[in-house]
Amino acid sequence: MLEKDIGLVENAIKEYYFNHFDLVSVPPKPTQREFGYQKINGGMIRHIAIKDNKELHLLLMKEIPSDVYCSNAYYSFPSMPMSEKDWKGADLIFDIDAKDLTLSCRNDHAIFKCGSCHDAILGKHSACPKCGSTKFEVVSVACKNCIDESKKEAKKLVQILDEDLGIKNEEVEVYFSGNEGFHIRVINSNYEMVGSQERADLVDYIMFNGIMPETFGIRKQNNFKSTLPEIGESGWRGRVATSLFGSKTRAPKAAKQIVSDGYLAFQVKLDEIRQTIGIKVDPKVTMDIHRIFRLEGSVNSKSGLSKVPCKNLDDFDPFLDACLLGEEKADIIANCPVQIRLKNKKYGPYANERISVPKYAAVYMICKGLASIV
Amino acid sequence: MLHPGIMDLAKYPFLAEAGEYLRDKGFNLEQLAHPDWAPLVEKAYGRIVVATSGQIYGSDKGPIENPDIEILSFIVAVILLKAAGINTLTRRFSLAEARRAERYLQQDLWSNKDKKNLELPLKIIQELFRVQVTVENEEFVIKVSDYLQRAVHFHEKEWKLVNRRVTGGLVYLTAHETVRLIRTELGQYINSKIQSIALPSIPETFKSRVQDLVQLATKFSDAIVVSSDHPPCVKHAIEVLEKGENLPHSGRFLLATYLLARGQTTDQIAPLFKNAPDYNERVTRYQLEHISGSSGKGTKYQCPSCDKLRSENLCFAIPDCSGIINPIQFGKKRKN
Ligand code: SF4
Ligand SMILES: [Zn+2]
Ligand SMILES: [Zn+2]
Repeated sequence: MLEKDIGLVENAIKEYYFNHFDLVSVPPKPTQREFGYQKINGGMIRHIAIKDNKELHLLLMKEIPSDVYCSNAYYSFPSMPMSEKDWKGADLIFDIDAKDLTLSCRNDHAIFKCGSCHDAILGKHSACPKCGSTKFEVVSVACKNCIDESKKEAKKLVQILDEDLGIKNEEVEVYFSGNEGFHIRVINSNYEMVGSQERADLVDYIMFNGIMPETFGIRKQNNFKSTLPEIGESGWRGRVATSLFGSKTRAPKAAKQIVSDGYLAFQVKLDEIRQTIGIKVDPKVTMDIHRIFRLEGSVNSKSGLSKVPCKNLDDFDPFLDACLLGEEKADIIANCPVQIRLKNKKYGPYANERISVPKYAAVYMICKGLASIV
Repeated sequence: MLHPGIMDLAKYPFLAEAGEYLRDKGFNLEQLAHPDWAPLVEKAYGRIVVATSGQIYGSDKGPIENPDIEILSFIVAVILLKAAGINTLTRRFSLAEARRAERYLQQDLWSNKDKKNLELPLKIIQELFRVQVTVENEEFVIKVSDYLQRAVHFHEKEWKLVNRRVTGGLVYLTAHETVRLIRTELGQYINSKIQSIALPSIPETFKSRVQDLVQLATKFSDAIVVSSDHPPCVKHAIEVLEKGENLPHSGRFLLATYLLARGQTTDQIAPLFKNAPDYNERVTRYQLEHISGSSGKGTKYQCPSCDKLRSENLCFAIPDCSGIINPIQFGKKRKN
């Protein structure tokens, strides 16, 4: 970020923390967690111990970090180097990000930012259409479809956590990530001590990875007595039945077909189903039992939006409910080839235009690298 | 407390209650030193020899006939092992005894699933390994977290959670699967039990068999090539073999191709496989020579890629693995 823009962004963040301390608080067992933060253009500062909300708020006001993180793990000595922290467990966490969902809308709001001529061009390109440079960055801006699809994944996840894994809805916290997806945290003592390798298998369960046709009743041979799943069964078998048959009346005929098509065909079919019923989380996040994860209530410097809890996913609108920076006008030069919508107002598209917009919109575009202060 | 009966102790002689039982019956070491008991020492020795050859003691026989002898031969075997003081032997013995107990546990679980006497096997699992097992319609039910902790050490796809019936935070298993899940822990439990007991001064009549054990052990010298330079997948494969557990074919292939690529010879590699439960020297050598290309058509096999290993659940990537696509690159690539 350009030096002249940092002032504006830090100012807006400071003002946010000052006015919204109520939204930023330490998670359960604060003294056992590792905190970390970053400043704009700065490196990660980790291994910080924080006692309580007061200490946290002090740090926020003093450092004005662009991003704040807190470990999912609990340690005896959170501020020591990793090998001496003494790991004592970790919340189960999940990251759902619209960029992992292979959505067709992604192209409509991807912006090519040339590293040489600094132009911003809509769509995905392999080289700059203007100067031919292959040095570039792609940023993605606010899209309702991306959010809606991410919500669907989050809901499916919460359901599987409850039905299959015995994690009650009250033990699950769903947050908007502050950019393009959702973060889910589970506070349930049964899963705290589960290690990284085990979590990897748990993620495979959730993503429906590594399935064997035998699990769903088709063997390599002797399928005259196959045990295909039935609609209404619990767990994956039930969900597979629903997507194989659709309805109970259609089940017998479809089942016959599956048995006669055989093992390999069934394997292909299951793989197809996986694309729709498997939940698309980022496996690396869940496997990591030492991760520092974005702190709830904090600002995400990829967008200037905040990571906020979603009480009701259906009604949640991140571009309204998580857009919490100030309203005063700021003068910027914007080069933003798509229209964005924040707080129910439309901005752009702008082609290197000098505009005066509320701070939250100015910061949004600056964070995305699509605007700069006058 | 478990309150096992005498027959139970014959099946599970590693339980603390077995020692108490013998004491109550008035057995002691001095007595066993008497030449009359020589056949018992032979039986105990045989029990170890069978175990070290990778077989399960008593598996070819029918029901237990003389429970006292079953218990005593186990105890004497432990004394012989302690006296010989060779960890490889103790470990192999522990694993084989665990398999033996596993068979009985499975039988006990299955034949008593209509309750009555189900208590003991469940209690053994619960007290020794802190895994709560309940029974529901002929199925055995454990918590997902307890399951994961153990099942991740198995590499067969069927043990992946996604291939299990999972509901409400619980996993449903057969009797066989339930005991299979705790085999390693059972072996470790027996091993640590043996390690923890103090060795009394042993009778003269035991001594020649102790000597024989020392001799026997030379066959199983641990070929430890664990080096911090190896990537985690390779270290893991070595560890599995060291524990005398079964490493799937794909894991053996990884180990062999990796070490060959690192310039080791088949002679150096072959001993690594000695602890495998199904070790056969001739077959191992043949396979190694085949992989190295020094026999047959002479195609030299390459070390599988990280992607391939990941799909076989053999990858245990750590941050140092970043940026490499094949284990042989591990530690060679410079980070910028
Ligand atoms: S990333 Fe490659 S080298 Fe590292 S553990 Fe996985 S397979 Fe082995
Ligand atoms: Zn350009
Ligand atoms: Zn979109």
